[in-house]
Amino acid sequence: MSISRKDVEHVALLSRLEISEKEAGVYAKQLSEILSYMEKINELETSNIEPTAHVLPLNNVFREDKVEQSLAREEALKNTPDTEQGHVKVPKIV
Amino acid sequence: MGLYNYTIYELHEMLIKKETSSEELTRSIFQRIQKVDPYIRAYLTLAEEAALKSAKKIDKLLAAGDRVPPLAGIPMGLKDNICTSGIRTTCSSKMLENFIPPYNATVAGRLIENGAVLLGKLNMDEFAMGSSTENSRFFPTRNPWDLERVPGGSSGGSVAAVAAGEAIFTLGSDTGGSIRQPASFCGVVGMKPTYGRVSRYGLIAYASSLDQIGPITKDVTDCALVLNSIAGHDPLDSTSVDRDVPDYSSALVPEIKGLKIGIPQELFPEGMEKQVEELVRKAIEKLEEMGAVCEEVSLPHTPYALPAYYLVAPAEASSNLARYDGVRYGFRDKDAEDVVTMFMKTRSEGFGEEVKRRIMLGTYALSSGYYEAYYLKALKVRTLIRQDFDLVFKNYDVLVSPASPTVPFKFGEKSEDPLSMYKSDLCTIPINMAGLPAISVPCGFSEGLPVGLQFVGKPFDEETILRAAFAYEQNSGFHRPEPSLEVN
Repeated sequence: MSISRKDVEHVALLSRLEISEKEAGVYAKQLSEILSYMEKINELETSNIEPTAHVLPLNNVFREDKVEQSLAREEALKNTPDTEQGHVKVPKIV
Repeated sequence: MGLYNYTIYELHEMLIKKETSSEELTRSIFQRIQKVDPYIRAYLTLAEEAALKSAKKIDKLLAAGDRVPPLAGIPMGLKDNICTSGIRTTCSSKMLENFIPPYNATVAGRLIENGAVLLGKLNMDEFAMGSSTENSRFFPTRNPWDLERVPGGSSGGSVAAVAAGEAIFTLGSDTGGSIRQPASFCGVVGMKPTYGRVSRYGLIAYASSLDQIGPITKDVTDCALVLNSIAGHDPLDSTSVDRDVPDYSSALVPEIKGLKIGIPQELFPEGMEKQVEELVRKAIEKLEEMGAVCEEVSLPHTPYALPAYYLVAPAEASSNLARYDGVRYGFRDKDAEDVVTMFMKTRSEGFGEEVKRRIMLGTYALSSGYYEAYYLKALKVRTLIRQDFDLVFKNYDVLVSPASPTVPFKFGEKSEDPLSMYKSDLCTIPINMAGLPAISVPCGFSEGLPVGLQFVGKPFDEETILRAAFAYEQNSGFHRPEPSLEVN
């Protein structure tokens, strides 16, 4: 498996990561090596095998629909980089 | 011998008999930290004032003659991906460098309710991604047995702190070996419980279907005591299992006559160090001498666990780490004029190299056109890996293997080659893929460096691996090894 610089740039954009041209070259080489090693799993025949996303037999877990104690707004916003009048503030979106 | 040399159960006795106080003990551990941490660098944050306050509270209870739980007054440290109310929790990342959680992780809350005294937060590979603690964005932690070598990872700070007497016990987290591999590297006991046994609420997520919190202690008796207080259902974690928690301490009977132990040949991988293999084989002979029945078994799909893991874990990580966008908490690049540029700059500066590598790997494995070939295929391989374990556990009670194929390596030895670093977890990753409990205990030294023996159990059968590990520990001659840390 060979990952090109262009593939890396595409994946970086999907991941919302800004990478330099030099980094793209390094990551292309490393990710190609890693993915070539991953190819090993193709030795296995799995067409009739169910996937395991989770080891436990999980069901949806619900709780009673009643109001419980939660964080006060002030507490919840304490770690927020920028706020205004009790809201989260971000740069221009459109 | 300093107070830092004692175990939880010994200190508990001493506290009850008033031979020491929690305050004296806590102060002495801070002195120890002051002395050795400039060399070890296990701690990211210390909480001395709050710790002394908690210690005094316990001393009052003791003075009044109240009965206190076994962990009361005992100084502990927590890995820095476990949220602690009012105490900075960084994940060793620039992204969370100034993050102060407004709540406690369930495990932190339970330990504090049990009277344990929180000393501070411990270094790790950034977002728990790594096997050497070299990926911390702040500084690497050193191995107390040899300061030129890594402590393992990703719970390197948690493990080095216990080995160096900078905490009586700590918690780590284990996604692919991050408790057991460093426990092996530093000569302490480290357990990853069954997936679902311990709440993950407040554990900053790396790969949610694999992450599990566990104890790091000086010996197996202490491990059971800590597990007693953190195990159990938590309504705040829908993947924690609602199932009775046994008293793990009563499992500690040094008797394994007739215990059926499987030795999976695939967990002795090609390229493992000869001395490590010899020490593990010697430990197996010891188990046989003690009356266990040891037989070679095969887990034919485990050689595929590592490649499958490095698709599944990064895929989950790429999704879990999407939340770090500079909007609600954590680092934000303040210069960007529009929001997309802000996301991109925030994430590029906030995350380190390995984290970015895994996010991209995971995004690739999940992206259109590759999802079936990589992610889905890896999940199917995971099924085959589980089935291997299910089959073997029909005839065996416990499996035994090395916890790491090597002794601790030197700084920089693997950090330039991601794949060689990944292979450091060859013996531990299959166990996470199957969600099983496992424990690493010291089984000897190769040229002065510790080697760990791994016991693997059936789902929710922590008791049997604790019993086997306890029996081994009591008879091995490697109970509580201590590094001769020569510092001025």
